[in-house]
Amino acid sequence: MITNFEVLETIKMFQEQHLDVRTVTMGISLLDCISPSASNACSKIYDKITRYAKNLVRVCDDISREYRIPIINKRISVTPIAIIAAASGETNYSCYAQTMDRAARECGVDFIGGFSALVHKGYTNGDRILIDSIPESLAMTDLVCSSVNLASSRTGINMDAVRQMGNIICDTARMTADKNAIGCAKLVVFANAPEDNPFMAGAFHGVGEAECIINVGISGPGVIKASLESVRGMDLGIVAETIKRSAFKITRVGELVAQVASQRLGVPFGIIDLSLAPTPSVGDSVARILEEIGLEDCGAWGTTAALAMLNDAVKKGGTMASSFVGGLSGAFIPVSEDEGMIDVASRGKISIEKLEAMTCVCSVGLDMIAVPGDTPPEILSGMIADEMAIGTFNNKTTAVRVIPVPGKTVGDSVEYGGLLGKAPIMHVNTSSCKVFIDRGGRIPAPIHSMKN
Amino acid sequence: METGEQKTAVMTVVGSDAVGIIARISDLLYRHNVNIKNITQSILEDIFTMIMMVDLTAGDIDIKDLSEELNALGEEIHLSISIWQTDLFNAMHRI
Repeated sequence: MITNFEVLETIKMFQEQHLDVRTVTMGISLLDCISPSASNACSKIYDKITRYAKNLVRVCDDISREYRIPIINKRISVTPIAIIAAASGETNYSCYAQTMDRAARECGVDFIGGFSALVHKGYTNGDRILIDSIPESLAMTDLVCSSVNLASSRTGINMDAVRQMGNIICDTARMTADKNAIGCAKLVVFANAPEDNPFMAGAFHGVGEAECIINVGISGPGVIKASLESVRGMDLGIVAETIKRSAFKITRVGELVAQVASQRLGVPFGIIDLSLAPTPSVGDSVARILEEIGLEDCGAWGTTAALAMLNDAVKKGGTMASSFVGGLSGAFIPVSEDEGMIDVASRGKISIEKLEAMTCVCSVGLDMIAVPGDTPPEILSGMIADEMAIGTFNNKTTAVRVIPVPGKTVGDSVEYGGLLGKAPIMHVNTSSCKVFIDRGGRIPAPIHSMKN
Repeated sequence: METGEQKTAVMTVVGSDAVGIIARISDLLYRHNVNIKNITQSILEDIFTMIMMVDLTAGDIDIKDLSEELNALGEEIHLSISIWQTDLFNAMHRI
C-alpha cells in the first residue's frame, strides 16, 4: 500500500517542483529511403516518418492526461541525412530538410533531428554537401535540427571540419539574422556524439540503432533543488545521497512513460536519458541547485566540484531506476535555457571559460551561449576545438551550441521565448587563434593508457 | 517495471472544510460504480485533506473522464480534487 507521505511527495513534485518528462523522441531509420533520385528519396522519407510517427503525439498526450505527467516535447530523430542523401547526386540537400520539416508538421511534433553528418575522421562527398547546406536549410525550416560530429576518442579531432563549422555557424547566424540568429540554436557540433540522444538539437538515429525506437529524456531540476533544501548544513556525502534518491524517483517516472509509450505505439523502448534539463522558468534551474549546495552564484569557485558531484549522483541514482540508460545522461548547463544561468550571466558572475571548465564534468558542453555578432569565425572554431579536445581526451561527449547574434554585443540580450529562453550576450576572448585553426588537418586520437 | 494498466487510482482532495464533502464525492463515485478501497482524512488548521484509494475496474468510466468530472465537482464545492494512477506511485516508490 502506498503511504500518504509518498502520495503527497509525488504530487508535490508535479504541482510545485515542475517535474515533467522533457521529451519522448521516436528514432526512425531512413536507410531504406536511400534512392538515386532525390525526389523519390524525399517522398519515401515523408511517407515513412508520417507512417511511423502518426500516433506519437496522440499517444503521448493520452499518457500525459491519464497519468497527469506533463510530457513537454514530442520529437523525431532520423538517420543522419548525409548518409541517406549521398546516393542522390544532388549538390544541395535543403530539399531533404524541407521534407523533414513537412513530415514533422504533419505529425505535430515539436522538433525533428538528424540533418546531420558524422565527420570525426573525414568527409564523404555527402557530408560535404550536407554541411554546406546547413545554413540555408535551417533558415528555410522551423522544426529541423542539425548536428555534426567533429571528433571522437577513437579517431581524434577533424580540424578541417572544426574550421569549417566556425564559418557555417556564422553563415547560419547571418541567414537567420532577422530572428536573432535562431538557426544557431538548432545547430550543434559534437565530440563523441551518442547515437540515441533524445534531446535537441543533437538528436539523430544512429546507424547501429534498430528500425524504430522510443527514447525518453527526463527533467526535474526543481525536484533535486527542493530535496536539497531539507539537508542544508549537512555534509556532502548526505548531499550526494539525497540527489541520488531524487534522481531515482524522477527517472522512474521517465521509465514509466517510456514503457507505456513503447507498449501503446508498438515500438521497442530504446533508452532513458538521465538528464537534468532546466527551463527558463523559476524553480527549474540547474544553476540554482549548485547554489543550493552552497555557492553564492553559479560560476563561483567550487562550481565545477559541485557540478561534478551532481552529475555523478544523478547517474548513480538514475541508472538503478531504468532498465536501459543512454543518450547524454547528466546535468545540462545551457545558459539561455536556465533561469539561474541567465541571472548569473547577466550579472557577469560566470564566464565562458568557467562554463568550459564545467563541461569537463557535465554531460554536454558549451550550450546556448550567445556571443557578439562580430565574433570572427576562427574564434568560434577555436572555442569548438577546445571543447572537442575536452571530450576527445576525456572519453566523454561534449558539444558546442553557440549563437553569434548579428548586431548585438556584450550588455545586450536576446529573447527566444519558450524553452530556448533568454540569452545575455557573453564576453569572448578575441585573442587570435587563426594561425592554429588555419593549419587544418587532424589532431590524432589520444593514447588510451598512461592516464595522468 | 510493471505497467499493468491497473485500474486502481489515488485521489487527493484538499481545501476548506465544509459539510458533506465526503458525501458529494462518494456519491459521484457511486454513480459510476467506482469502488472506494481506503480513505484517510485529516483536518489541519481548517484545511481538509483526504486521500482515497479507488478501484475503477467495475466502473462505467475511465480515469480521464472521471478526472474531468471530479474537476467540475471540485470547482462547484471549492476544493482541489485530483486523481492519479496507482502505477505512478508504485513506479516512484517501489523497487
